[in-house]
Amino acid sequence: MPVLTILVLLPLVGALIVGMLPKRRPEVVFPVSIVASLPPLAVACYILWEFTAGTADLQFGEDVTLSAGFDIGWRVAVDGISLFLIVLTAVLFPIAIAASRSIGERIKTYMILMLILEAGVLGVFIALDLLVFFAFFEIVLVPMYLLIRMWGSDNRAYASVKFVLFTAAGSAFLLVSIIALAVITGNELGQFTSFDFRKMLTVELSDTAQLWLFLGFGIAFAIKVPLFPFHTWLPDAHTEAPTAGSVILAGVLLKMGTYGLLRFNMTLFPQATVDLSFWIALLGVIGIVYGGAVAIVQPDIKRLVAYSSVSHMGFIVLGMFALTSQAVQGSVFMMISHGLTTGALFLLIGMIYDRTHTRAIADYGGLAKVMPVYAGIFLFSAFASAGLPGLSGFIGEFTVLVGSWMTLPVLAVVAGFGVILAAIYLLWAYERVFTGPVTNPKLEGLRDLGLREVAIMAPLVVLIIVLGVYPKPVLDRIEPSAEAILDRISFVTDFEAPEFGRADEVVEPEYGTVDNQDGGSSEGGGG
Amino acid sequence: MTDYLWLLVALPLFGAVVNLFLGRRLGEPIAGWFGFVVVGVSFVLAAAAGFGFIIGTRAVETVLLFTWIPVVGADAAILWDPLSALLTLIVTGVGSLIHLYSIGYMHGDERYPRFFAFLNLFIASMLILVLAANYAVMFVGWELVGLSSYLLISFWFTKPSAAAAGKKAFIVNRIGDWGFLVALMIIFATFGTFDFQTIFEEAPLMFGVGSGVITAITLLLFVGAAGKSAQIPLYVWLPDAMEGPTPVSALIHAATMVTAGIFMIARSAVLFELAPLSGTVVATVGVLTALLAAVIAVAQTDIKRVLAYSTISQLGYMALGVGVGAYSAGLFHLTTHAFFKALLFLGAGSVIHAMGNEQDMRRMGGLRKAMPVTFVTMGTAWLAISGMFPFSGFWSKDEILAAAYARGDWYLVLWFVGVVVALITAFYMTRLFVMTFFGSRRWADDIHPHESPRTMTIPLVVLAVFTVVAGAFNTPWRLTFEHFLEPSFEGVPHPDALSDGLIIALGAVALAVATVGIVWGWRRYNRDELPAEVGPFWTRSLEAFGVDDFYGRWIVAPGRAVSEWFSDFVDPKVVDGVTHGIARGVVGSGSGMRAAQTGQVRWYASAIAVGGVVLIVLFLLLGGAF
Repeated sequence: MPVLTILVLLPLVGALIVGMLPKRRPEVVFPVSIVASLPPLAVACYILWEFTAGTADLQFGEDVTLSAGFDIGWRVAVDGISLFLIVLTAVLFPIAIAASRSIGERIKTYMILMLILEAGVLGVFIALDLLVFFAFFEIVLVPMYLLIRMWGSDNRAYASVKFVLFTAAGSAFLLVSIIALAVITGNELGQFTSFDFRKMLTVELSDTAQLWLFLGFGIAFAIKVPLFPFHTWLPDAHTEAPTAGSVILAGVLLKMGTYGLLRFNMTLFPQATVDLSFWIALLGVIGIVYGGAVAIVQPDIKRLVAYSSVSHMGFIVLGMFALTSQAVQGSVFMMISHGLTTGALFLLIGMIYDRTHTRAIADYGGLAKVMPVYAGIFLFSAFASAGLPGLSGFIGEFTVLVGSWMTLPVLAVVAGFGVILAAIYLLWAYERVFTGPVTNPKLEGLRDLGLREVAIMAPLVVLIIVLGVYPKPVLDRIEPSAEAILDRISFVTDFEAPEFGRADEVVEPEYGTVDNQDGGSSEGGGG
Repeated sequence: MTDYLWLLVALPLFGAVVNLFLGRRLGEPIAGWFGFVVVGVSFVLAAAAGFGFIIGTRAVETVLLFTWIPVVGADAAILWDPLSALLTLIVTGVGSLIHLYSIGYMHGDERYPRFFAFLNLFIASMLILVLAANYAVMFVGWELVGLSSYLLISFWFTKPSAAAAGKKAFIVNRIGDWGFLVALMIIFATFGTFDFQTIFEEAPLMFGVGSGVITAITLLLFVGAAGKSAQIPLYVWLPDAMEGPTPVSALIHAATMVTAGIFMIARSAVLFELAPLSGTVVATVGVLTALLAAVIAVAQTDIKRVLAYSTISQLGYMALGVGVGAYSAGLFHLTTHAFFKALLFLGAGSVIHAMGNEQDMRRMGGLRKAMPVTFVTMGTAWLAISGMFPFSGFWSKDEILAAAYARGDWYLVLWFVGVVVALITAFYMTRLFVMTFFGSRRWADDIHPHESPRTMTIPLVVLAVFTVVAGAFNTPWRLTFEHFLEPSFEGVPHPDALSDGLIIALGAVALAVATVGIVWGWRRYNRDELPAEVGPFWTRSLEAFGVDDFYGRWIVAPGRAVSEWFSDFVDPKVVDGVTHGIARGVVGSGSGMRAAQTGQVRWYASAIAVGGVVLIVLFLLLGGAF
């Protein structure tokens, strides 16, 4: 059964159904859209269930030739890295759609765009043909642009165009590099071109070729992540986008960048990866500190969370380019966790924005008194985002830092400051919005979260706790795929995995009663 | 018999969850009693499991609960040894008394069940910290303690000062946590695990005394400890932490939180023994902290503020103890301090309660008749913290000072400063006690002080009993406490022993100093009119020597200025400016982004297409080069 094809098609079918709804019945659009977003989630859960852990193999593979001459094909599969990105996408879309009830005008178009967007994002994470990947990568741009352009707030025109301009500029480099790589691969295999990712892996590239291709791919992904200094589109796009747009943007769209770096840059161009790893990790760390510092002084709560994303994405990039198993696994884990925590924060900001129509922190104060449930969930999400142990954010940050120390100690130590900054910007924002007396009369009598809103937040809250307390099943599935990438790097290049501990492997502690060699019992009887 | 150790943590956690979601339905006072019972049961279980250590029939053991983060070998696992048993007993024992006390103290509070949910969470977090079998899980408890303190200090969040104090506590602690975090990175890279037993077995085999790696690890651990245990320069959160309800202050200052740093150093004793430099740093910082806080405490007029600074000062003693390698002495003082400081805070709470939320000692006086139980119980704590024989504080403080003296050299200086601090301590505690309970009545006519309800006085009495007798657990001639802890400090050398004569001489010095302090304080404050406390010393001391302002001016303000510079100049003008410049260049006219803003997306699409084709051709031509 072509499960992955079905996965990508289902949102499109949903979009079609929503499109066929009668014009005179706008009220059914919202519930039908929610229902339409559920089948992809079911399929994603099926994939998660059927996925074989403990192997780096690509699973659920499909391979249908589209053009034999150019060697383009519908080649899709998942491994431990894309698996959870697919699940995250499938989880976040129903939630984002359910949070879009306040979209009054043209709700039908809105929902169709959301579902097309979902298909595009899912396609990005499963595609193993670079032209197909590129097509999905670009398709995503269009609905996202329209969502910001049509349903954004005051400065949406500027923000939406900036978003497209930045991404498209990167895409130009990406497209050229893909074609170049396809040509090189084709030459090697005695055909015109080949866009097959797996065939590309067999080609040995010169160091120069690797360097240029790495940069060509890299700039597109760096803009998407966004890596400092390519990040300035992000605060604008996030701030102006409608709530669901921000959730999807932060939750999954940014991960297209980090996923691309990991899947393509690090896998296809190992030598360039090793050569450039310090500099890219450095940009990541600059992003951590810079994004965190800028977040502190944002007067707009949504902009604050946007900059916090710059900071968090910096951790993810640092982790990948530290090139240790711990750091890369932490990095992939953090992609998932960041989607949940930042998604939760954007949803919450949307809920209060629906009530007050302001995002300025100065307009708030004492909100915890008026909306205690809302305040509680917000504080929970803030601490999750700040990497509190026991919640999902910590697992990624911790493993990234511990793993990065072994190859990039100075960067890891500086990155640690990001943890302090996160506490400052989140708790200071919480203090100003939620504590103290209620000073703005408009806040009085605001309705606390309703059942629908709590139901929207509940899955995120549960996932954040479950992943924080018991991340093992997720890490077990990420591990082989992450190590496969690193193995390839150390196999192809002269990069050597760092030494740690006494045996270069994690020591398994022994549990149970400890023998007291020198007979502590005889001395312990002083009582 | 250890199958149930996980319950120690699970019970208070369960209580927190129940009170969080069902607390409103339970209502007052059931929510409070429920919170008390779960911690109380935890205490009983801990006592049962810890009894074997006292009679010496039990061996140290570790219990795996589940695999947590496999990539870094971090398991959710419990280490049950005398050290963790001791801390568990203090946390749940003193903690449950504080719960009991709160049942009465928080009466009538709107968010009564919520308060007990947070208290239970605090206990659970602290138990995760002390029961951890590895540094990673210890860090979990460490951070969760920070969270709990945040929630409780800012419990009355509509008061801006309370909200700010909670935030400050968490952020200052996070600064310390950074040190802990970096230490964890080095530990994993060095040992390939976070597991205590593996590390403590391997470290002496891998490294000699004075090793750079171990010194770095221990100094960074101390950065973390300085945050939690309120040492210079990170102590500033603790005085503000009394913005929380008084039982919270008792919990933070006595049973939980501040003991974490001392505990962490004691747990890492093997590592600190390999890094003498770190020990010296800890001891010196400890003594300086003790001195600074004692001097500040002298001039405070808010009863809780005096106690807050006295906590910092006493923590300085504990740091001195573990810094000189007298781990059991440091822990002994931690234990006795838990009793008498909890008692002092709960007593102060009882006074504040009776005085209609008055905290200024200048408006108290003569309360001994109105509140006999509070008066007598607090009296024992006053004598204990002043170091008066035979109260518990005398023994534990003396033991630390003797250990410092025995090390000689630089430590003699530390010992001397420690003795001076003892004098100041006796003085300011007498000032507090006399201003509150003796002298003339200085309160308004509409205030009618009264003794507190039974739920509040019973904990006071229980704590008073321990405050009086706990010293007997460890006297120079009967080291019961030290023997009890021995299995936890296997391989750690004993501090140098002193001769009996010297011990008695040092004890006499301490006693003399305490007496001088008490008499001095008594004569100065036990009179109808309080002495005027004006002049540069009193003003500067009252405002805590402006350390908070100093941090504000030299750290917070510049940091904020940099952030604003990033946000208002670098980001829009420099980083984004370049982008706009490129956009302008591409469009080729002066209109720049304006053209884009009109929404004409077509031009760049064609630009991409044209550019793409050109480059493809280029690549094809150069194809051979690759």
